[in-house]
Amino acid sequence: MPDAPEGFLDYAPAPESTSLLSLKEQYGLFINGDFVEGSGSPFATISPATEKTITHVTEASEGDVDAAVQAARGAFDTTWSRMSGSERGKYLFRIARLIQERARELAVAETLDNGKPIKESRDVDVPLAAAWFFYYAGWADKLEYAGAGPQVRPLGVAAQVIPWNFPLLMLAWKIAPALAAGNTVVIKPAETTPLSALLFAEILQQADLPPGVVNIITGAGTTGRFLVEHPDVNKVAFTGSTAVGREIARAVAGTDKKLTLELGGKAANIVFDDAPLEQAIEGIVDGIFFNQGHVCCAGSRLLVQENIEEEVVSRLKERLSTLRLGDPLDKNTDIGAVNSAAQLERIRTLSQAGEEEGAERWSAPCTIPDQGFWWAPTVFTGVETSHRIAREEIFGPVLSVMSFRTPAEAIAKANNTPYGLSAGIWSDKGSKVLAVADKLHAGVIWSNTYNRFDPASPFGGYKESGYGREGGRHGLLAYLSTATTRKGRTR
Amino acid sequence: MATAKIPEATSTLLAPAERALQVIGGDVSDASLRQYLEGLSPVDAVGLHARAASFQTRSIKAASKKTALDTIITLTDLTTLEGADTRGKVRSLVAKAITPDAGDPSTPTVAAVCVYGDMVPHVREALGARTDIAIAAVATAFPSGRASLAVKIADTKDAVAAGADEIDMVIDRGAFLSGRYGEVFDQIVAVKEACRRADGTYAHLKVILETGELNTYDNVRKASWLAILAGGDFIKTSTGKVSPAATMPVTLTMLHVVRDWKRLTGENIGVKPAGGIRSSKDAIRYLVMVAETVGSTWLHPHLFRFGASSLLNDVLLQRQKMTTGRYSGSAYVTEG
Repeated sequence: MPDAPEGFLDYAPAPESTSLLSLKEQYGLFINGDFVEGSGSPFATISPATEKTITHVTEASEGDVDAAVQAARGAFDTTWSRMSGSERGKYLFRIARLIQERARELAVAETLDNGKPIKESRDVDVPLAAAWFFYYAGWADKLEYAGAGPQVRPLGVAAQVIPWNFPLLMLAWKIAPALAAGNTVVIKPAETTPLSALLFAEILQQADLPPGVVNIITGAGTTGRFLVEHPDVNKVAFTGSTAVGREIARAVAGTDKKLTLELGGKAANIVFDDAPLEQAIEGIVDGIFFNQGHVCCAGSRLLVQENIEEEVVSRLKERLSTLRLGDPLDKNTDIGAVNSAAQLERIRTLSQAGEEEGAERWSAPCTIPDQGFWWAPTVFTGVETSHRIAREEIFGPVLSVMSFRTPAEAIAKANNTPYGLSAGIWSDKGSKVLAVADKLHAGVIWSNTYNRFDPASPFGGYKESGYGREGGRHGLLAYLSTATTRKGRTR
Repeated sequence: MATAKIPEATSTLLAPAERALQVIGGDVSDASLRQYLEGLSPVDAVGLHARAASFQTRSIKAASKKTALDTIITLTDLTTLEGADTRGKVRSLVAKAITPDAGDPSTPTVAAVCVYGDMVPHVREALGARTDIAIAAVATAFPSGRASLAVKIADTKDAVAAGADEIDMVIDRGAFLSGRYGEVFDQIVAVKEACRRADGTYAHLKVILETGELNTYDNVRKASWLAILAGGDFIKTSTGKVSPAATMPVTLTMLHVVRDWKRLTGENIGVKPAGGIRSSKDAIRYLVMVAETVGSTWLHPHLFRFGASSLLNDVLLQRQKMTTGRYSGSAYVTEG
């Protein structure tokens, strides 16, 4: 007999090699087609799995932000807005192909910097980022068919601020439609995850994109504020927390900058008793434990029909016990590291609040590494709609389970949130799915699946989840103007 | 518009199979059986495929791979099911089952040798006194199952009498697809009874669903439950004579049923994907799927088998590569 197969599930380590990633000791700011030193002070970006420094990046000062916006303005006026759509499309296709060529490198960088499992960065983030550029590349010479009439024009300079949960993918969501529509860009990645954006800057150099069309500046909230408040910006696009989204809306109010906000969520994942149960369990797992729950559209509230609640919860716990938490670079890791100490603290605080308010907590039995930021997959049962864990976005691997009796109750509970980004419905009855979907206040509704993205499909929220849509034709319209006169400075 | 032809519900009591009585209750009839099977949770094919694909991304390396390769060998039903089978071919297969790799005595033996019923005496003879390798015989008018129940029972009894330890029977797909679940149920019960030896023990019964003819995963799920309720010890995907044979989504559906049965009754039922699994890589993916779905306790010959003929040689080549660091070729493994 061979070794006891009981040990088979202790898969031998299968780490992805980091050898193809050659990083500089320090990165400057990417302005006007070149890396420049910048005048701010450098700061370290660390791996959340080990807390070790990966490299240093520069915090862009107000002056640096101004230089970046000026570069974008120059590129807009002299090259990009004058270039034919088909020419712009060629650049976008080139960028898409380069992302594919450097896919492994980008995936490793993303996993190192963000803490997400390599299987996700490799199979989801990077392929989708490429898909976004391919999709909008095709639109670049067809803007008059986007639905805003034949006289469409770009807006000008777009200021884009993106979050740390899908660094490269959010960059693609922002940059691809902006460039396809003829805008130029200044983009700021999150301070904890600048790495893939800096590698993307190298890709732009490889693609020979005209200088200034895309400028990438690093830094934290202050840098972001300089950027969105800059008077020569025509469009602001932000993805991140609702609190920061509000500040941005205030800052932009009274100017004629166009604004799209993609903010938080507290999505309901509704499981009816006629659902394909086995697949629903997988969908619940994908919904809240994908990317450590750092997903704005995560299915963080499980609404399950009361007659199957016990069975669903017990099956779910069994399934969660098989998830592998650990080294994000290991190809067999399912749950990686929480992105930062601050985020871990937020998850801890809200989980404590859950217990204090009387919900019952269960965490998957997994070994937590000594170094780094980690949170075991956690399920709260006995959650009341008034509990903080049922109302506030946790943005972590924490699921709140509530039950319902009738479809009407499910709909009422699902809608009883200030957010309205996404929802899931699980039922084998197509008519029921459509009837319920019709009454949910959510921008994206998945049926018998969860967390699926496609560049052709618009994405965005209701209420405090923000406004505007990204993806598809709708995402393009957010970067187009129907005004007949060319936009100049907004100052 | 033509109305769907609904098979007439009968109140005829079916064979009083213990499991069915336990789960469905005292009144096991065509109607109650149908009601039970149609009340099972549905399967969503898209989600099922996604889950099955997720097991394929596991990266099994080094010591885990070595364990996996050896485990595959111990779980293999080394099979020959050809019209042209001869005593010589069967004896050679048995020799291979006993000594899979003559160059490496540490190689484990396979679980069973699987042959047509008339070849069982030759296997018995070739195995001699050995009991560590089981003899599996296909029966019940394999592979089509198109014969009267009397013939199926005779076929089974014949093989058991000749010394078969395990019977691989086929279900009547025609009856199943037309909704005559009671008929399928009764036949399995009868074949199970035919597996009874003179001393009162039973040959193990593997029930082949022939999933390639069942068309939907909901049907695979229903047929799996039906086979277990009627007393099957194993549920098996395919005869190997119909395409598609075993696939990961089909096997996953069956593993889900087995896990649910365990949850319901505490009883362990075996699963055997058969046909189409030819490479070590594919087989390792099945091991991952089994271990992560029902647990690694299932990776034992009494609960999981691969029905395969060419898989073993690929595993041996991979095994040699791990031992020697070099790839050899088909000249370095014996033809079964």
